[in-house]
Amino acid sequence: MSWVAQTLNSTLGRKLVMALTGLFLCTFLIVHAGGNTMLFRSDGGQAFNEYTYFMTHNPLIKMVSYILYTSILLHAVYAGILTAINRKARPVGYAYARPSENSTWASRNMGFLGVILLLFIIVHMRTFWYEMHFGSVPMATYDGQEYKDLYKVVIWAFSQWPYVVLYTISMAAMAFHLVHGFRSGFQTLGGNHPKYNPLLSNLSWAFGIIISALFAAMPIYVFIQTH
Amino acid sequence: MLNEKREFYLALSIQHLNFERRMNLKLRIWRQRDANSKGALVDYEVKVNPHMSFLEMLDELNETLQQKGQEPVAFDHDCREGICGSCNLFINGRPHGPMQTTTCQLHMRHFHEGETVVIEPWRAKAFPIVKDLIVDRSAFDRIVQAGGYISVNTGSARDANEIPIPKIIADEAFNSAACIACGACVAACKNASAMLFVGAQISKLALLPQGKAERKATGRENGGSDGCGGFWSLLQYRGLLG
Ligand code: HEM
Ligand code: SF4
Ligand code: FES
Repeated sequence: MSWVAQTLNSTLGRKLVMALTGLFLCTFLIVHAGGNTMLFRSDGGQAFNEYTYFMTHNPLIKMVSYILYTSILLHAVYAGILTAINRKARPVGYAYARPSENSTWASRNMGFLGVILLLFIIVHMRTFWYEMHFGSVPMATYDGQEYKDLYKVVIWAFSQWPYVVLYTISMAAMAFHLVHGFRSGFQTLGGNHPKYNPLLSNLSWAFGIIISALFAAMPIYVFIQTH
Repeated sequence: MLNEKREFYLALSIQHLNFERRMNLKLRIWRQRDANSKGALVDYEVKVNPHMSFLEMLDELNETLQQKGQEPVAFDHDCREGICGSCNLFINGRPHGPMQTTTCQLHMRHFHEGETVVIEPWRAKAFPIVKDLIVDRSAFDRIVQAGGYISVNTGSARDANEIPIPKIIADEAFNSAACIACGACVAACKNASAMLFVGAQISKLALLPQGKAERKATGRENGGSDGCGGFWSLLQYRGLLG
């Protein structure tokens, strides 16, 4: 076996893939959340539509988006493999265990939280990404140039309570996933030092909560605005 | 705080020495005839002296079981002084029970009157059950055999300070060398991973100049890069299954 195949077949290699794709997804979240704050502007969606136009036409961003799709797939596939291996490692469980004495709830439920995220990503991509690329989105014209009016699609979705509920629950799941994931991604890459561990833990909490809260605020804001 | 605790326990033990108080406990112990049969938790009632060690408590239970013509509970133990790592019991939801010691160093005074004590074997696919509370931990030996050693020529003993080693490094290596291969880390880990054990086997050698020379070779052979979440898969992958 070549060393590449050997590494990717070892649990550590698989964990590396989890960490690298996971942390890449975290950087994506920052950009995504930042861009989407355009929704909070009361300009009828002009800033938001100009931003989505840029994101779908810039060749560099397009390339990064392919890395993003690959990352989500790799992350989900490797999550499945690792979770299966981990389950097989203890076929008979304890009758009485107190797991919270040495691990957090989120760390023990990354697979479950991930499945919620995967379902969320599927619905999310169908609602916005699919419509943007293959659906019929109304057009808007600013300064004589035509834009796809994705803003209208967002308002349409977020003015319905099932979307708002789904997004809020999913973002709560993401908060837990990130509070453990962000920190442990660094751990997997070797970032474990008594001096920096507390900082990393705090950063992980802050990142998980702020990013998730920011995302959850968007459907809630639109829902309140339209009712 | 610690001193207060110590004094409290000292006073307690003197009191018990004098009055030989007996404590009633309900034990729920995993019984399993052999590797292939189905096991179950079985309830026992015992009256114990709080000075007893946990293993002495089980000894006494076994004596009464034998007197009644019943099969004693099989559990592993050897040194009974916290250095061999054989006494591995999962007690009340924690490896080695409520205190941070080995099971043989745990005393009954850490339990209270009327308490139910659940005693289970380590649960990991790589540690198959032999009987009752005894598991086969030879997987650890096979990991060590695969590379947890260095090549040293035998002969007369070398001078201990022949190679200068900074104290901090020596202490750190010693911390890892203090692993007694008890398996509690595997028992506690949610993924039954031997990452701590493997890490200790590597660090105790790789930190020292004698081990550094062979660090890469042993690390690779050891499957050291195969740590977290992969004890079972590590064994499978390296062909180390018993
Ligand atoms: C597609 C759905 C997802 C699934 C099924 C999933 C599943 C998982 C699982 C099971 C783990 C733990 C792996 C292990 O160490 O055993 C994990 C870790 C992680 N996840 Fe996800 N996840 C998903 C989406 C996401 C998203 C959207 C992000 C961030 C934006 C993310 C970030 C992370 C990070 C940073 C880690 C830590 C990696 C490590 O421990 O080294 N995941 N994920
Ligand atoms: S590292 Fe694991 S096997 Fe070694 S002493 Fe600690 S708990 Fe026991
Ligand atoms: S019997 Fe040896 S460590 Fe407990």
